[in-house]
Amino acid sequence: MRNADDQEARRTLTRRALVLGAIQFVLTGALVVRLHHLQVTESDNYQGLSEDNQFDIVVVPVSRGVVRDRQGRGLAVNRDLFRISIIAERAENLQSTLQQLRELIVHREFDAEPVLRSVAERNNRFQPIVVVDGLSRRDVARIAVRAPYMPGIRIEVGRSRHYPYGESAVHVTGYVAPVSATELSDDPALGLPGARIGKSGIEHFFEAALRGISGRRQVEVNAAGQWIRELPVEDGASGANLTLTLDAELQQQVSLWLERGPARVVPRDSWSARRALDGQRSPELGLAAGQGLVNLDAGGSLAPPESGAAIVMDIHRGEVLALASTPGFDPNAFNKGLTPRDWNRLLSNRRSPMINKAIAGWYPPGSIFKPMVCLAALQNRVVSVDEKVDCRGFMELGDSRFHCWHAAGHGPVNMEEALEQSCDVYFYELARRLGIRPIADMARRFGFGDTLGIELPGERSGLVPGEEWKRAKYGEPWQEGETLISGIGQGFLLATPLQMVTMMARLANGARAVVPRLVLDEQARSVSFGRLGIPKDHLAVVMRGLWRAVNGYRATAASIRDRQLGFEIAGKTGSVQVRRITEEERRTGKLRNEDLPRDQRDHALFVGVAPADRPAYATCVLIEHGGSGGAVAAPIAAEILARTIRNTVATGSPRVVPLPQLAPHRDDAT
Amino acid sequence: MSRLEAEQLGPEAPGPLQKIATLNWGLIAIVVLIAAIGCATLYSAGQGSWDPWAMQQALRFTVGLVLAIGIALIDIRFLLNSAYPVYAFTLLLVVAVEFVGEIGKGAQRWIDLGVVQLQPSELMKVVMVMVLARHFHGMTRERIGRVVPLLLPLALVLVPVILIFRQPDFGTAALILCGAGTMFFLAGVRLWKFLLVFVVMVGSVPLVWLTLEDYQRERIETFLDPGRDPLGAGYHITQSKIALGSGGLFGKGFLQGSQSRLNFLPEKQTDFAFTLYAEEFGLMGALFLLVLFSLVVAFACIIGMRAGSQFARLLALGAGVTVFLYVFVNVAMVTGLVPVVGAPLPLVSYGGTAMITFMIAIGFMVSAHVHRDVPIGRQTGEGF
Repeated sequence: MRNADDQEARRTLTRRALVLGAIQFVLTGALVVRLHHLQVTESDNYQGLSEDNQFDIVVVPVSRGVVRDRQGRGLAVNRDLFRISIIAERAENLQSTLQQLRELIVHREFDAEPVLRSVAERNNRFQPIVVVDGLSRRDVARIAVRAPYMPGIRIEVGRSRHYPYGESAVHVTGYVAPVSATELSDDPALGLPGARIGKSGIEHFFEAALRGISGRRQVEVNAAGQWIRELPVEDGASGANLTLTLDAELQQQVSLWLERGPARVVPRDSWSARRALDGQRSPELGLAAGQGLVNLDAGGSLAPPESGAAIVMDIHRGEVLALASTPGFDPNAFNKGLTPRDWNRLLSNRRSPMINKAIAGWYPPGSIFKPMVCLAALQNRVVSVDEKVDCRGFMELGDSRFHCWHAAGHGPVNMEEALEQSCDVYFYELARRLGIRPIADMARRFGFGDTLGIELPGERSGLVPGEEWKRAKYGEPWQEGETLISGIGQGFLLATPLQMVTMMARLANGARAVVPRLVLDEQARSVSFGRLGIPKDHLAVVMRGLWRAVNGYRATAASIRDRQLGFEIAGKTGSVQVRRITEEERRTGKLRNEDLPRDQRDHALFVGVAPADRPAYATCVLIEHGGSGGAVAAPIAAEILARTIRNTVATGSPRVVPLPQLAPHRDDAT
Repeated sequence: MSRLEAEQLGPEAPGPLQKIATLNWGLIAIVVLIAAIGCATLYSAGQGSWDPWAMQQALRFTVGLVLAIGIALIDIRFLLNSAYPVYAFTLLLVVAVEFVGEIGKGAQRWIDLGVVQLQPSELMKVVMVMVLARHFHGMTRERIGRVVPLLLPLALVLVPVILIFRQPDFGTAALILCGAGTMFFLAGVRLWKFLLVFVVMVGSVPLVWLTLEDYQRERIETFLDPGRDPLGAGYHITQSKIALGSGGLFGKGFLQGSQSRLNFLPEKQTDFAFTLYAEEFGLMGALFLLVLFSLVVAFACIIGMRAGSQFARLLALGAGVTVFLYVFVNVAMVTGLVPVVGAPLPLVSYGGTAMITFMIAIGFMVSAHVHRDVPIGRQTGEGF
């Protein structure tokens, strides 16, 4: 029964399979007829169409936003750039076309080899290949006249990014460079040949806004690959322009001073300069001063650019007028394409030109941290303003001795005197009475231990240590000795120069939580920052101490005390130890920074505000391994502040707030 | 199963090694040839480079070939027995992807298997063949002749089709419906019933329309009238026709397809790969490829008519229909005969799902060939 049924099913299936086969045959036949129609009957027609003008949808990049300084000077601008590319398929004779081009272009050398190789290697006969880039208008005019005799070539107008202030502002502007594979996104403009993307600084931070939205166009292209006509489909939107708070001239000057450090500047053709140049093995070093000048160090040799950082900030609005990190590098070189040799040299440079030390360098704040300890001590009432601590050159805790920088000791000092002379023992004592927690709390209120949110990528948070932090990190309990060295800004404490200048600004503006910012924004200018809750009289004592640290009889920054600047500076020096000094070294005598190898010397630091009576601007200067903060960093800071105030007089004075008046110290103050 | 039958089955159920000898090598050779043409086309699409498509495609084909031979070598009765579970599992995937897709705002219609990303709705094309072959295998002619027993297989078809239709993926839903209809036809369902179903479906169109979301309606309208999006589908077809037409009788030569290479032709590595191939190899090349695919379908017919069980017959013929539908819809689309539905050409278009689905279909055909003399009872595992 089943078999019969199965046989019947099989007969039906065979019959119907044949019907199905026939239907499939007919349908396939229809495809064949259609293909025949397209590829034979109408072929000539389509052949013509394919040689005729074609419509193509192309992505049209929009111009990148321009970045300007507060005076409207261009920091990152666009320049016209002409480029010749060629479609090999459409050139009658590639070799001879390239030869013709070579004869026409006189201002730039180019090599035909890579073009030919590119055509051969990638079998790339249909893609435009860039032959020569960065042409002048005159070259292009000559080529345009001859273009009909050179089929296959295309003249393209692009825009290239240019940084007029180059190296001096590179750590703010950042730079653009060709897009890497990992940076490709949905935006088709990034895939275009010659596309650039912001790699660091403002260019990176505001990449999306600066880049804008690319447009789309329908383009009519003839058989020779030339564009006949464009029909806009989507317009896109140009990148947004940005105005920064930076003062480009000041920035340039700050950068130059920082690179020079304590070196002497002499004309290049002077006797001492020539002697130094003769003795130098690599002649490029130390020529950075420019304009026929060279930098000479104390020994009369050429001085390489110092590595350091400096910031100038409006203490009320937080506007950053200058933010420099040296050595820098030329952002324009990146745009043109860096040679591997130059790239390796940048990376291997021990003074790290690629790192923005102002926001990403971590340094122990050293003595400039001492005002934090003062404020914490006053707030917690562990000391009175007038109480004297006797400095005998060291302090003992258990078996250990904690030394003051002045081995002979400062004798009895009160708070103002301790700040003036930067007496370490006074602050050891305050720290011992306080413990680490109140110190850390005060430091955080003034901006240490976290990023400040400046509009630059790569800002680092620094480190404010504490008991929990140490247990989590090292699994060990906090030691009292560590509290003591925290009291002089050493030990685990780490801060960026940006945090240091922000601390200075907050001390000088009446303890308001100002934050640094780089984008000039009229609305944000009128915003007033919240109070940190520090009593005015506490602030006044500290500011008096900082005034004395520059202008006092025993000032650590005495080097700038007697300068006739027309205003006074209040500030704090720091000579940050980067190594532990052994007992042996203490016994054998004074250790001079100059006698140590460079990477063991102290960092020279100075933070200050001016004018001292009506503070307006704060600055922080750091020279890595520069030695004494008073002797090396303070003079640079004085020049920077003088220039800043002179500029302000020229361009209109900033809002000024009088320094809080001295008031009698009251313990019940909050 | 009785002892007698077990003895009868003995010589007819050969071991794996003997089965390899009985594989349909002719069919496999044709498939390999098609895959080679596909890789060459993708090599050309990649501007004369194995990257980024040709090498990956070759790799996937190797995986697919192993899969097809694997399917062919396992006992066909195992395929029969696993038809319902496999169907249930695939349906679950369709539902799961639908669910995930809803969360991901329709972006997620894929399941990632490492080497290939699988689209369950595409897989459903072959699974539908398998489950219907299984179902009709178990039905007597008398039951097929009635109406009520057909409601179950109808449900087997309509549940996934409606789900996929609502994704919305009209192309795939229509193709599954087409393939399933052919299975009903081959099984011997009366012709007037097809007419009836057709009338019911046309009648229910307004009803379905009402249940759709706005964006789904939008997509259907664009599907039916590509002119609504002149820079999309219409532009594709114009460019495709120019590329095909300028190829002429003998083509422009390998790696010389200027239309495709100048990027006038969009999607040249996926849906329009056939255009690129036919531009470079002309009508002759196109016909050659069509003949190869037709041979695959012919093999399916021959195997199907020769096979000893209804399951094997329906499996082979259904697989053949799946292959035919793939090829026909793609070529008709790129030549402008039917609207752009986003249908790939198996082995030639770059993509994993069509490749795997196609190779499973090949596996079904070869299996039906290898097991052509294995009789199977109406209820498997039991006697006749």
